[in-house]
Amino acid sequence: MSATIIYVPGDAAALSVGADATAAAILAEAGRRGEEVQIVRNGSRGMLWLEPLVEVVTAAGRIAYGRVGAAEVPGLFAAGFARGAPHPLCLGETARIPYLQNQERLCFARVGLIDPQNLEEYLHHGGFRGLRAALAMEPAAIVDCVTASGLRGRGGAAFPAGIKWKTALGAAADRKYVVCNADEGDSGTFSDRMLMEGDPFTLIEGMTIAGLAVGATQGYIYLRFEYPHARRALQSAIATARARGYLGEDIQGSGRRFELEVRIGAGAYICGEETSLLESLEGRRGQVRVKPPLPAITGLFGKPTVINNVITLASVPIILDRGAEHYRDFGMGRSRGTLPVQLTGNIKQGGLVEKAFGLSLRELLYDFGGGSRSGRPIRAVQVGGPLGAYLPESQFDTKLDYEAFADIGGMLGHGGIVVFDDTVDMAAQARYAFEFCALESCGKCTPCRLGSTRGVEVIDRLLAGEEPAKQQALLHDLCETMTYGSLCALGGLTPYPVRSALRHFPEDFRVRRTARARA
Amino acid sequence: MTTQSPRRVIPKRSFEREETLRACAELKALPGALLPILHAIQDALGYVPKDAVPLIAHELNLSRAEVHGVISFYHYFRSEKPGACVMRICRAEACQAVGAAALEAHAKQRLGIDLHQTSADGAITLEAVYCLGNCALGPSVMVDERLEGRVDAGRFDELLAAARKPE
Repeated sequence: MSATIIYVPGDAAALSVGADATAAAILAEAGRRGEEVQIVRNGSRGMLWLEPLVEVVTAAGRIAYGRVGAAEVPGLFAAGFARGAPHPLCLGETARIPYLQNQERLCFARVGLIDPQNLEEYLHHGGFRGLRAALAMEPAAIVDCVTASGLRGRGGAAFPAGIKWKTALGAAADRKYVVCNADEGDSGTFSDRMLMEGDPFTLIEGMTIAGLAVGATQGYIYLRFEYPHARRALQSAIATARARGYLGEDIQGSGRRFELEVRIGAGAYICGEETSLLESLEGRRGQVRVKPPLPAITGLFGKPTVINNVITLASVPIILDRGAEHYRDFGMGRSRGTLPVQLTGNIKQGGLVEKAFGLSLRELLYDFGGGSRSGRPIRAVQVGGPLGAYLPESQFDTKLDYEAFADIGGMLGHGGIVVFDDTVDMAAQARYAFEFCALESCGKCTPCRLGSTRGVEVIDRLLAGEEPAKQQALLHDLCETMTYGSLCALGGLTPYPVRSALRHFPEDFRVRRTARARA
Repeated sequence: MTTQSPRRVIPKRSFEREETLRACAELKALPGALLPILHAIQDALGYVPKDAVPLIAHELNLSRAEVHGVISFYHYFRSEKPGACVMRICRAEACQAVGAAALEAHAKQRLGIDLHQTSADGAITLEAVYCLGNCALGPSVMVDERLEGRVDAGRFDELLAAARKPE
């Protein structure tokens, strides 16, 4: 009999709740029992509340067992888990778990399914088919395909990717660059991390296609230092791709060249802003540049540069493989394709949900998320990271669509949803928004550099009861100045969380001598 | 005005000097080499010594102010030697929603230090971090390069005990 294959995720989130200890316990217990098992470290399926999620390969498919701590392992073996037998932790066939079954996974199709470092498996599951298609196309045709797909930047700004690419293609230069923005700093987001750890070849493929499309020969992945697992996954996958001729001087015998290097950030949120990121890559303080010139024309080291988020670039291979229409057919309005949403914070079933645009916030929070983790009512959700608006229950029917969110004074951003229950203090959240902006401001423009600190002070005075009406007026004035006077989104959007908290939760901004009494 | 040779600022044959020069020699040909060099030095020494600044500036043909400006801009680079173990507590929204503030208060009280300080025994440096990408399993803490999720006060104390145990 051949060894039973057991998947234990090697994803950082799974490791954070003990996946390594679980894997070790499985090997030890199998050894003790004389059963032959082979452990494969896959990415995460994205059902993070169930981690460590262990899967056993059986004749009836992959059978999942959730929240398998090391202590559960002997009991699981005793119940016959290596044959996929029933057990209180058993969730049945992984692919049929509703949370997963009800998703539309394009970008994340392989994440959690395969061994992320195994190139054969990547190829077997459709990997590098997009690159092969691109190698047979003219650069302009690749750009047209991306434009026709309707793909917009998934980093947050939602700018059409094809237009960026077209500008870079049209710029004549002796050298061009492709830069991947992997400085995923928004709280409530981890889709970039999961993709880079769980399917790094997809990002490599997407960046290589971008290089072919615009005539760039060098790519950089700017990765935040907080992601050491992703760093190792990328470096190892890049070495494999190079050894197998998917990167380097002569990609798959085409005579085309593309090189890729990972660069590590150093803990500056602002470096997620594209021009700051370029400054940082050039070895300087991450201060924003004034636009124009656009990076697509004058970017890294002064050369034309395509700079896109991880998910944007990782969506490109499937677009080239299946065609623009296939991708464009998902979604609504001007938001085409799918968005990997991240359900986080005080949520019972937190994780990653990739779905076509058009789902409502309520469906995500309750149908997928199962309500709050604490069991208390959900009072507010922040969508789109620290610069996103706080939304009350009355706005939960908003559809996930870039324009729909803009219409209610919010933004979808990078797809992060942070859930708060009714114990949240919205004045504290508004104060934190200013505090974070002050901490992370690059200092280049005054509204952001000074406005953020003044904002903290104004909220403090407001809550202390020093002429509250005056402070309210001052706060609105300050928000106005930051919105219209800041160079980039950090200063410009910090008023979003502040103003939405004020508008929807005014009761939290009443004068208090002591902390607000809680139920 | 007398100018001192930048090569003399760190004692001629110290470990810090060797590592700084080694990082510069290995990496200075890279385009935009400064951040990779600072990372290499901090990886080797745990920090970027103040005295390394003139050495790096000399090697990269930059001013000391430029090098200092970059080190001080980024939260990650530090100029003081850290404790044997660095614990980073996430302070961002998703962790706030599940009790990060209480965890932070507990950690400070347990260690008797504030954020960005090192415990008296030199074992632990406590840092703040703004998102570790583990937002569905907060509160999150990173112990050196190891990510920990669902960290409550009890779990924090276990991590602390493990970090303090001599290997």
